[in-house]
Amino acid sequence: MQLQANNTDVDLECREVTKSFGHFAAVQEVSFSIPSGSFFSILGPSGCGKTTLLRMVAGFQSPDHGDILIKGKSVLNTPPNRRPVNMVFQHLALFPNMTVAENVAYGLKRRGVAKTDIKSRVEDMLSRVGLPDSGDKQISQLSGGQKQRIAIARCLVLNPDVLLLDEPLGALDLKLREQMKVELKHLQEKFGATFIYITHDQSEALVMSDQVAVMNAGRFEQVGAPQELYYEPASRFVAGFVGESNRWYGVIQERDEKGFNVQCETGLKMRIDRPGNDLQVSHPWGVGKKLEFYLRPESITVTLGDTAPATTNRYKGKVESVLFDGARSQMLVRLPDAIELLNVALPQTAEFRRVKKGDVVSVGWMSGQVRCYEV
Amino acid sequence: MSQWKDSGKLGLILLVSPLALWLALFIVLPHIDMVLISLRERVAARQYAFSWGNYTEFFTEPLYWRTFLRTAVMSILATGLTLLIAFPVSFYIAKMLRGRLKAALFILCLIPFWVSELVRTYGWMILLRETGLFSSLLQWMGLVDQPVEMLYNDVAIMVGLVYTSMLFMVVPLVTTLESLDDSLIEAAYDLGGNHLEVIRDVVIPHAMPGIVSGCIVVFMLTLGNYLTPTLLGGKDSLWFTEQIYTQFITRFNWEQGSAFGMLLLVLSSVIVWCGLKLSRQSFTRVMT
Repeated sequence: MQLQANNTDVDLECREVTKSFGHFAAVQEVSFSIPSGSFFSILGPSGCGKTTLLRMVAGFQSPDHGDILIKGKSVLNTPPNRRPVNMVFQHLALFPNMTVAENVAYGLKRRGVAKTDIKSRVEDMLSRVGLPDSGDKQISQLSGGQKQRIAIARCLVLNPDVLLLDEPLGALDLKLREQMKVELKHLQEKFGATFIYITHDQSEALVMSDQVAVMNAGRFEQVGAPQELYYEPASRFVAGFVGESNRWYGVIQERDEKGFNVQCETGLKMRIDRPGNDLQVSHPWGVGKKLEFYLRPESITVTLGDTAPATTNRYKGKVESVLFDGARSQMLVRLPDAIELLNVALPQTAEFRRVKKGDVVSVGWMSGQVRCYEV
Repeated sequence: MSQWKDSGKLGLILLVSPLALWLALFIVLPHIDMVLISLRERVAARQYAFSWGNYTEFFTEPLYWRTFLRTAVMSILATGLTLLIAFPVSFYIAKMLRGRLKAALFILCLIPFWVSELVRTYGWMILLRETGLFSSLLQWMGLVDQPVEMLYNDVAIMVGLVYTSMLFMVVPLVTTLESLDDSLIEAAYDLGGNHLEVIRDVVIPHAMPGIVSGCIVVFMLTLGNYLTPTLLGGKDSLWFTEQIYTQFITRFNWEQGSAFGMLLLVLSSVIVWCGLKLSRQSFTRVMT
């Protein structure tokens, strides 16, 4: 749960930060530290407290308990205009009454940097974000993606220890968002700055981040690399929130040393083994224990017709519908002896191109691919 | 389709006609008449001739143009003071308060205007006169040993004018400040601005249309105010509207009065135009 690092390469550290609004606990004892130059994302549904956490780091709100340290020094008593952090706002908050260059120069002017110096630094920054000739433009003349880059340039020109980004891609259309994701990651690598990015969009967090913290109801559920979150979710919430899953509730029917046989509420029976996961096997889960199961759509092997896949759990089913979405296409398969629809990733092979509603398929998955959590 | 169009046209005519009638009958026609009256001179009983005399009279008689100048300067001062007092109030209402308290404070600003201007001005007279509340209070506290007259001076006029104008400044300011995105203010702090710089660089530029429209309304109302300067400033308050009143009512010199009326209209328009030029605002932007 906690990333502890006591070396000097930590840019930001939060220690048991807590904040309540009246009776509502927005952030509860959140501790983490972020190494220099990394891209750290906080991923969570809206209302989970991620914006409050970010605003506390920026200095717009002060925590009830706990401490926030930047480069090892507590900043609790530093007002937002003196903190070595800068923030890219959700709607960017570019000053509409100033030109692009004036926007970028604003922070430098407030610091009393010499005029000629400001001019060269602004020009340099504008060319580094790929907008070298737009200094004289008005903000309203820029496109969404350009505004985005200016908002980031306005902060980066000040060389902040930490750059905070509050869902800045939320207002963009899908195509531009995909493009900006890559661009933002490149910018971060180019400048070597520490980015803290908050979002409710898991793909943004997974694509860009070195580390992702999944937040729910004011707490960090799990902190880890994107792969860890996806393949080894530590809690029910993370398993359900990150990526897509088939989900069942069920009860253990038989138990042996390697795993157990379960029956789901929907009638589905399956074998679950945890050979590589000591954590799960060591749980004193006996017969009759109620569990929740998660299975990724892409973990399911599917074959056409009656040839059963070579997996531990095997079922025959009928295609209920095909949800075509390019590489992320899925099909819903109804199993005859169970009431649920199984969400299966559509294999990208020639024989599945013509699969349609009503086709008979066989599905199966290895007993180790299902993740179980206590209910 | 054409039927639709025609009925749309008819609707437009019906909707616009009351306004057009009102403008034509009560604004345009009287003003045309006033221009005509102001440009004539009585040569004998019921005999009039064309003359610029009423206008030249204004510029040659120092009392008239000095009164006008004084009225204009006092009005500009009153507008400035109103802005200075109303801006923090509006900022507080628009940005610091939420929900019920906000509505309550806004209504508190409005409530004095449910009472007629005359009654409000008498209220100030009760406070300020020799036997009034402030005078008695000062005597009771032992700060002065005899009654103090606080009415009938320029300060009293100024107090009355600022008080009367307050709402007309607060309303446009609150409206424009409410449309200011909080994150702009936060962004300016985040980039290192202090309170003064944030107000100068972000809040005031955004509120400019509201400031200018509030100032225009307050300036016009103050310049054309008759009641407050007369009651609080006394007979010698030397307000230009009093000169117009005197010409029409006391002296029966409608020609001179009309000329003064037109001059007030033209000169105040010139001042407003100068104000718009100085603040680089356009009239259409400010009034929408």
